[in-house]
Amino acid sequence: MSKHGITRRHVLRNGAGVLAATAVGAPMVHAQGTGGSLRCGFWDHWVPVGNNAIRELCAEWGQKNRVNVQVDFITSVGNQNLLTIAAQAQSRSGHDILAFPTWEPASKADLLEPVDDVMGRLIQKYGPVNAAAEYLGKIRGKWVAVPAVSGTQFKPACVRFDLLQQHAGIDIRAMWPASDTRGPGADSWNWDTFLTAAEKCHAAGHPFGLPMGSFTDAVDWVGACFASFGASVMDARGNVTVRGNAKLRQAVEYVVRLSRFLPDDVWAWDDASNNRALISGRSALIFNPPSAWAVAKRDNPQVAEKCWTVPPPSGPEGRFTPYLPYFWGIWSFSRAKPAAKALLEFLSERTSAEKQTTTSNGYDIPPFTSMSDFAVWANEGPPTGTIYNYPIKPHHNATASIAFAPAPAEFAVQAYQQGLNTKTIARIAQAGETVDQALGWLERELTNIRRGG
Amino acid sequence: MAADGSLAVAGSAEAVGGRPNSLQRFARRRSTIAFVMTVPLLAVIIGLVAYPALFGIYLSMLNRRMTEFVGTFNYELLIESETFWNVFFQSCFFAITAVLLKALIGFWLAHMLHHIPNNRQRKWRGMLLVPWVIPPALSTLGWWWMFDPSYSSINWLLSILSVPEVPWLGHHWWARIAIIMVNVWIGAPFFMIMYLAALKSVPEQLYEAAAIDGATSWQRLRYVTLPMMANIISITVLFSLIVTFANYDIVRVLTNGGPRDLTHVFASYAFQVGILSGNIPRGAAVSLFMFPFLAVCAFFVLRGVVRRNKEQM
Repeated sequence: MSKHGITRRHVLRNGAGVLAATAVGAPMVHAQGTGGSLRCGFWDHWVPVGNNAIRELCAEWGQKNRVNVQVDFITSVGNQNLLTIAAQAQSRSGHDILAFPTWEPASKADLLEPVDDVMGRLIQKYGPVNAAAEYLGKIRGKWVAVPAVSGTQFKPACVRFDLLQQHAGIDIRAMWPASDTRGPGADSWNWDTFLTAAEKCHAAGHPFGLPMGSFTDAVDWVGACFASFGASVMDARGNVTVRGNAKLRQAVEYVVRLSRFLPDDVWAWDDASNNRALISGRSALIFNPPSAWAVAKRDNPQVAEKCWTVPPPSGPEGRFTPYLPYFWGIWSFSRAKPAAKALLEFLSERTSAEKQTTTSNGYDIPPFTSMSDFAVWANEGPPTGTIYNYPIKPHHNATASIAFAPAPAEFAVQAYQQGLNTKTIARIAQAGETVDQALGWLERELTNIRRGG
Repeated sequence: MAADGSLAVAGSAEAVGGRPNSLQRFARRRSTIAFVMTVPLLAVIIGLVAYPALFGIYLSMLNRRMTEFVGTFNYELLIESETFWNVFFQSCFFAITAVLLKALIGFWLAHMLHHIPNNRQRKWRGMLLVPWVIPPALSTLGWWWMFDPSYSSINWLLSILSVPEVPWLGHHWWARIAIIMVNVWIGAPFFMIMYLAALKSVPEQLYEAAAIDGATSWQRLRYVTLPMMANIISITVLFSLIVTFANYDIVRVLTNGGPRDLTHVFASYAFQVGILSGNIPRGAAVSLFMFPFLAVCAFFVLRGVVRRNKEQM
């Protein structure tokens, strides 16, 4: 017994009481003080300041809602983001919200929390999203991810207007001015005109820089071209539609003809090669988001001043602009689903979307067709208005396109990643196969993919 | 040691508390102690080798969604795929050609170095090891700049000599050659250093005896050097063959498998199918396809090594 009347037993008993009271009261205090925490893994933007908008928006929302939002930026260099997604899907742990590249929502649909409620409210507020975003994000009738603003891109034509005027006699700026009107000759901006221009520019030593390898830039523009001819290789039910497909044959023959007027080395080009071709002044036209122009502005301003972005040419079945979206998804094993949904809704609102697009100098594309009028696209330059026609505007009469749609996403992604459309062209133009042989190969490959489920 | 295999510890348990119980006797057995001492190694092998390998095999037998066991279906689909047989051919062509070239160049370099006096050998050894020391992803990027389809510095040098441009990465045979060149450039120093070590361990008396018998330099190489180096050559070739078959970074950086999938090797194709296309089971099947062949190869090479060791004893 202590002479002060405090025994070891008293201390232990009282200490245990304090600890128990703290433990019981902690959740209550926690719930009253904050809304918990949310771990987000967003795509690490190409544009150096591109991450700032997301960081600021998350901080703003977190402060308002008393949620501790932790933001990680995961690079797509070396497919780090795909590896992260695969690892988290396998371990069923990780972030609450994750940025998913184009095909991943379909691939991980079973592990993603449906976001029909969020998309329902957003669509009610801002109108429909474009068809390609719906095809990729709405799986078996359910929205499994929210089409993201950050990282989403179109790949229209970035044209050297001086070279096209000089060698092909086309005034592309008059055709597609920086306003919501079609200029003279816009109706004749089709693949036939494009082929003639490609031939003339090739003869003049400034060939169009269209990649033909298996990287996304190549697969995307060939996919959009095929779509404008109405050429699909697999229908929405997964049936291979190669045999006896006249539209496919027409599209293939067209691209083979066009490939003769491209640089000899396009079969080995990656996603940076076409950018370099434009920036160096060698090429008169590429299909790309404004990143190529932005780098030219920094590295070769004389070239950047003569660039003008216009919609791709139209074909017999319409005009299709290559589209490569990101999505924001919530893992089904997340413990903060309501908060995650609220944050995604906030990030998709018009003011948030405009902030992201403006911060990325116009690179990021919102999924809602009603959001194609942000000021940044009209103001960027030089020349001012050069990326006015980067997003799809109503007067373009264009549709967002993803290669291999409308095939079921689980088959389309395999065909896309293996670049089956560009390889079909390469087998004819480079390896000397006949169209029938190449289409036979394509049919066998697609059948094999389909059988694999 | 006692008859039951336990360690005899003088005056231990008996002296203190009488006869040791069976648990104490079990704990004192040499076999038990040996097992306990190997537990960390076993844990590493089971955790980092056996489990991933078995999990890989299990993955390759699931359907695309990984919800159903489909047996060998993924392997059957691969066998029916024309693209996969291209990958198979390219992987074998790449691995065998690259390993042979690395072995020959490494052997030649080792001989050259061996004949340089020791005090001047060090700087040559250091310089020749540089390609092997640089991280392959980095050095391959350097090579990619040299092979760049549009701005190849090698082509620029060739143009000075009025030699026409070479489509290094655009034509499949040139692309295959380029990939092999880079692999040989990176890997030959490893062979060189292994062979140099083996050369230094050959007793000088054997050469002296051969010289007395009037052996030519070819005969010295054929009947003295090569037999003495046989084990090192076998193990180095086997090791390199396995590593080269599993090579990924060179193909990924230089060609990404193109043109027309004709430069894909198992690892790059497995990544494309498994991770990029979201079909992890089929990707696992691709990467495991060569496992039985390499296992058989390793068995025969290692058996040869053991036999030669026995003969020398």
